[in-house]
Amino acid sequence: MANSPETGLVKDESVLVTEAKAGSYEAFEELVNRYEKKIYRLGLNLTGNAEDAEDMLQETFLKAFEHLPNFREDSRFYTWIVRIAINQGLMKLRKRRSSKEVQIEDASNDDGEVIPRDFADWRPNPEQEMERTELENILQTAARSLPMTFRTVFFLRDVEGLSTEETAEMLNLSEGAVKARLFRARLRLREELSKILKRG
Amino acid sequence: MNCKDAVQQITGYLDGNMDDELKRMLEVHLKCCHHCQVVFDTTKKTVELYCDGKLFPLPGSVRSRLHDALRAKWEASSR
Repeated sequence: MANSPETGLVKDESVLVTEAKAGSYEAFEELVNRYEKKIYRLGLNLTGNAEDAEDMLQETFLKAFEHLPNFREDSRFYTWIVRIAINQGLMKLRKRRSSKEVQIEDASNDDGEVIPRDFADWRPNPEQEMERTELENILQTAARSLPMTFRTVFFLRDVEGLSTEETAEMLNLSEGAVKARLFRARLRLREELSKILKRG
Repeated sequence: MNCKDAVQQITGYLDGNMDDELKRMLEVHLKCCHHCQVVFDTTKKTVELYCDGKLFPLPGSVRSRLHDALRAKWEASSR
C-alpha cells in the first residue's frame, strides 16, 4: 500500500489517479494492487476458467494504463476498471460462443417465474468444512449454469458492490431489468448450490 | 402473506430496502414458514459465499506476469 509519509494513511483513490495521470508509475501500480484480486475473481466467475481470467486481468489493466489519460473521473476508478473488465470478459465469451457451456443470452428464461424447489437446510459452514478448491469448484459450476446476463448482473451487484444504476448503465439494461435478473440469479444460484450443500 | 409473495420480497429484504410494514408482514410469515425461512437463509448464504474474500485468491505467478507486463508497457511508453 502506498501510504502518505506524513500521516500513514492510505492515499485517496482520486489522488492516485491524478498522480498516475501525471506519469507516476508507482501511483498506477498502487491502483492495480488495490483491485487486481477483485478483477481476477470477477474473471474467474465470469469466464469460468483460470486461463481466461488471467487474460482478462492483464488486458484490463493494460487497457486501463493505455486509456488512463482519457479517464474523465466522472465515475469511481474501480467502476471504470470493472467496465473494461466486463467488456474484455464478454469478448472472450463471445469468441467461445459455440461452446455449449456458454450462454450469452437466454431470453427464454428472462420472464419465467422462479420457484424455489429445494427446502432442505444447508450444512452450517461449508467454507470451514470444505477444502477451498472444492468449494470454489462448486461455486464456479453453479455460476456457469446461469445465462451470462444473469451471471454478470449477480457478480456486478452482489460481489463487486456496484449499484443498480451503475450495473444498468454498464450493461445497457433498465434498472428494472437489473433488479429482475438479480432476483432470478440469486434464487437460481441458491437452487444449484442447494443440491450440493444441503445436509445429509 | 403467502409463500409466493414472501419470495418476491427476497431482494428487498436482503438489500435492507423494504418499507417497515411489509418487512413486519414478511417476518411474521418467516417465523411460521420453515420452507421460506430456509430459502431466505440459504439465499443470503449464497451471496456470502461468493463474496468470501478467501476464495479465488490471485496466484503469485499470475500477479507477477501482470506486473511484468505493466512495467514493460510503462517502460516502452516512457522511451
